[in-house]
Amino acid sequence: METQAIHTTASSTRLHMIKRGMIAGFPIMLGYLPIALTYGVLASRTGMTNLELTLMSVLVFAGAAQFLAVGMVATGTGMIEIIIATFVLNFRHFVMSLSFVNRLKGVALRAKLPLTFGLTDETFTMSALYKDEAKEKYGSLFYASLILTAYLSWVGGSYLGGVLGDVMPARLSDSMGVALYAMFIGLLIPSVKKDFKIAGIAVLAMLINFICQYWGMSQGWAIVMGTVLAGFSGIWLLEDEEVTE
Amino acid sequence: MIIWMVIGMAVVTAVPRFLPALIVGFVTFPKWVDRWLNAIPYAALGALIFPGIMSVKPDAPQIGVIAGLVGIFLAWLNVHIIFVVFGAIASVFLMTL
Repeated sequence: METQAIHTTASSTRLHMIKRGMIAGFPIMLGYLPIALTYGVLASRTGMTNLELTLMSVLVFAGAAQFLAVGMVATGTGMIEIIIATFVLNFRHFVMSLSFVNRLKGVALRAKLPLTFGLTDETFTMSALYKDEAKEKYGSLFYASLILTAYLSWVGGSYLGGVLGDVMPARLSDSMGVALYAMFIGLLIPSVKKDFKIAGIAVLAMLINFICQYWGMSQGWAIVMGTVLAGFSGIWLLEDEEVTE
Repeated sequence: MIIWMVIGMAVVTAVPRFLPALIVGFVTFPKWVDRWLNAIPYAALGALIFPGIMSVKPDAPQIGVIAGLVGIFLAWLNVHIIFVVFGAIASVFLMTL
């Protein structure tokens, strides 16, 4: 009797965490779908097969880099150049992953490692703001389902874009280009309201990114510079978090 | 040909993503490094928002900026993030009618 009761609670907590992760991932899904559809349409127009363009979403799972690659394929750029450009553009995930795994110290490597493969700008920033889940039981399930929600909508949207072609009215899909930016704003503002110094960190990152790009640095390195350098200001601006263990 | 490009892109994207998981487990960082890493999400959000948001309509950068201000306003009122996103989409839609 007793063990059964415990079992029920455990599985309902698991299910509960998965459900919460899906809800947290829903705004990302909303932002990804129109962009993934657009990617699929553009990629199929450059002559990539549906298998190739879907496989790219499955294996790479990085929006900006995939658009860049499609654009470079269209202009006949060489493979090595495309791969190098992808590395530069996606190197920011290294910094994000450092911050992500540092939060998940209590999680076993075999659970943590697969999660890191799903880190994007969106899944990272969303997960980072749900930081308490890292300390909860089955916390890794929460992050796994958040990331899977985003991943499946990206992969599914890419495939649909390749198969269906232009289904969305151009004006609507144009307007939806602002969705992910709005999501980033919606993630940042609640933290700023709690601690105004966070606005300082974010604005500093904006300025560094802007200046670096103005000086001609590639977008990829400029975002890395903005993130890393403005992050340093946190050494003085942020307080230590109490260790709960 | 495309398939090798995809595999190459996958490798150079995946390695920076998973490498920290292998490093961080074995090193204990001093407290200031923890504070730096805790600031990374906020810094990343800043760098991801600006100046990128000006390219929502590359020929009219003010449209992205105004939509962003609408987003800030809605988020400030504690509106749920889904409606912050909808609000910004709607304002771009209206501005480009």
